[in-house]
Amino acid sequence: MTTLPGSFGAYGGRYVAETLMFALDELEAGARDILRTDEFQRTLGGLLRDYVGRPTALTPAPRLARALDPDGHTLGEVWLKREDLCHTGAHKINNALGQVLLAKRMGKTRVIAETGAGQHGVATATAAALLDLPCEVFMGALDVERQAPNVARMRLLGARVVPVETGSRTLKDAMNEALRDWVTNVASTAYCVGSAAGPHPYPTLVAELQRVIGDEARAQVMGATGALPDAVVACVGGGSNAIGIMRAFLDDDVSLYGVEAAGEGLSTERHAATLTRGRVGVLHGARSYVLCDDDGQIEEAHSISAGLDYPGVGPEHAHLKDTGRVTYLTATDREAVEAVDLVARRVGILVALETAHAFARVADVGRREAARRGRPASVLVCLSGRGDKDLGSIEAWRAAHGGGAR
Amino acid sequence: MSRLRERFERLRAGRRKALVAYLCVGDPSLDESVALAQAAVRAGADVLELGVPFSDPVADGPVIARAAERALAAGATLPGVLEVARRLRAETDVPLVLFTYANPLLVRTLPRVVAAAREASIDALLVVDLPTEAAGELRLLAAQAGIDVVPLIAPTSTEARARAALSVATGFAYYVSVTGITGSATAPLEAASREAARLSAEHGVPVVVGFGVDSPDKARRAAGPAEGGADGVVVGTAIVKAIEGARSPAEAERAVFDLVKGLRDALDAP
Repeated sequence: MTTLPGSFGAYGGRYVAETLMFALDELEAGARDILRTDEFQRTLGGLLRDYVGRPTALTPAPRLARALDPDGHTLGEVWLKREDLCHTGAHKINNALGQVLLAKRMGKTRVIAETGAGQHGVATATAAALLDLPCEVFMGALDVERQAPNVARMRLLGARVVPVETGSRTLKDAMNEALRDWVTNVASTAYCVGSAAGPHPYPTLVAELQRVIGDEARAQVMGATGALPDAVVACVGGGSNAIGIMRAFLDDDVSLYGVEAAGEGLSTERHAATLTRGRVGVLHGARSYVLCDDDGQIEEAHSISAGLDYPGVGPEHAHLKDTGRVTYLTATDREAVEAVDLVARRVGILVALETAHAFARVADVGRREAARRGRPASVLVCLSGRGDKDLGSIEAWRAAHGGGAR
Repeated sequence: MSRLRERFERLRAGRRKALVAYLCVGDPSLDESVALAQAAVRAGADVLELGVPFSDPVADGPVIARAAERALAAGATLPGVLEVARRLRAETDVPLVLFTYANPLLVRTLPRVVAAAREASIDALLVVDLPTEAAGELRLLAAQAGIDVVPLIAPTSTEARARAALSVATGFAYYVSVTGITGSATAPLEAASREAARLSAEHGVPVVVGFGVDSPDKARRAAGPAEGGADGVVVGTAIVKAIEGARSPAEAERAVFDLVKGLRDALDAP
């Protein structure tokens, strides 16, 4: 396959209908000529500080470390990068605010977005309200049901929520519908993509807007300990919080771990472990790993967390997997629910189900790193979002499966 | 000479417009698709687009998206579509265009797909989400196999992009009448026809107009005048809708025949 501009190794590129090529060129020009100007960065920086509440805190979690490794042989310090403290409760606002501000500067008069868990939809609706642009959010009908609080939030913020009834009625179908809307309204409308996926320039644009997570965390850990962490762990659906924290550490002697959703288990067909179990293909405009059958039909993903319930993954992660720079692990629905409990009781933070997947592998990461380095490892976890939205999902899961602390 | 080129030259010589008919193959079944395609040819279709159903057809509107869901539920696959092509070729000389999204090709690897398409007598490939700059390998393989690769050109394509697409187009090029998805109701068809004619004259490649052509009147407007019009029109959603609305296979065949015949007559009327 020809390497396209905007690719990560063999991945990325632009696999879209011709109608959208002009819009992607336009967005790329905007990202190049507007986003990187001092004036834009000053404005965005001011909003991130005064509106989002950045920099977000870095929180030590010694009781969690001891719960995961009582003897302290493998886990040293565990640090939490607190994206849950961002306005709207997750890292998604970093990207949404940047893209909506860019849309405004590019003269767009309408913003659309897709959303899974609803966090990106809420973030886009929020940014659109702040910056005075009408906003429509496409959301799978199944997600509309299981993330009702976020639907209500978006509507309160003045956004129109469009339930998508096609296909698996989840995130991938919401993205299909957003792309259809964009093709139709391409001159007036900016499509604010929520993850580091999609056609070029989105994976690069989103990663650049999210790398503030890693840049802050790197400086904060250095400031607190005088050293880099031994490992960084983040959950991976499309992969925006993960690429946001990882980009700051790619050139360091820091092990990087992404955790995908194993749903009901990798031995079942009900999971969302695209990098672990998928194959190379094209979905939503980029070449990357996808979950699809032998005929090339995209398969339905499954995860208890709507934000990870996606059969694709950002192309930069595909490249980082192939080069071995990042190790991708998985966690099941059950492990995620248990991790929510553990973090709540040991740290007093109710984390999102998405984020809980990262926590579910912290003990393993500690063991791997301790074995590699011959000493207890310090681990930085990207706490990508808060879990208030998930109370219903967790209760429903417990009612169906039992288990988890009460 | 390729079957498509021959067909377009013959149409031009007779000062006629090409009528390209799209079917979502496998909706309602592969057997039915063969019969429906034959009905379209009997009614006067010059070229058949055999749509490969895909789970995530982002360039398609609800009518074709529903048809793809039905076809997949009924078990259609790319090999099934190619089998339909093979059966049609045994009966007719009409050029066959495989109309598909990229992923069903890429998971099998392009060399294998091109070889299978050739074996099934496919004349051209049209890959909706493989823009010109991403289709280099496909064009190379297809050229070696004697298969044309049809590019899409949109109203949003810059002059440079249109030129790049047409400079490598073989067979014909597909001008998308509207910035939108298939089945759009309000396409600026006269403008599309003029633009298709201009591009065709400048680059020496037949250019047909598609998207939003669902009636004899719209077919005439999209085709434009004999001189200074498009080389032909594509009808897709209207055909798929006629099939969706039919209560029996016989009724579906009749509906497709009547629809295509109506379009043919409108295009051929003086």
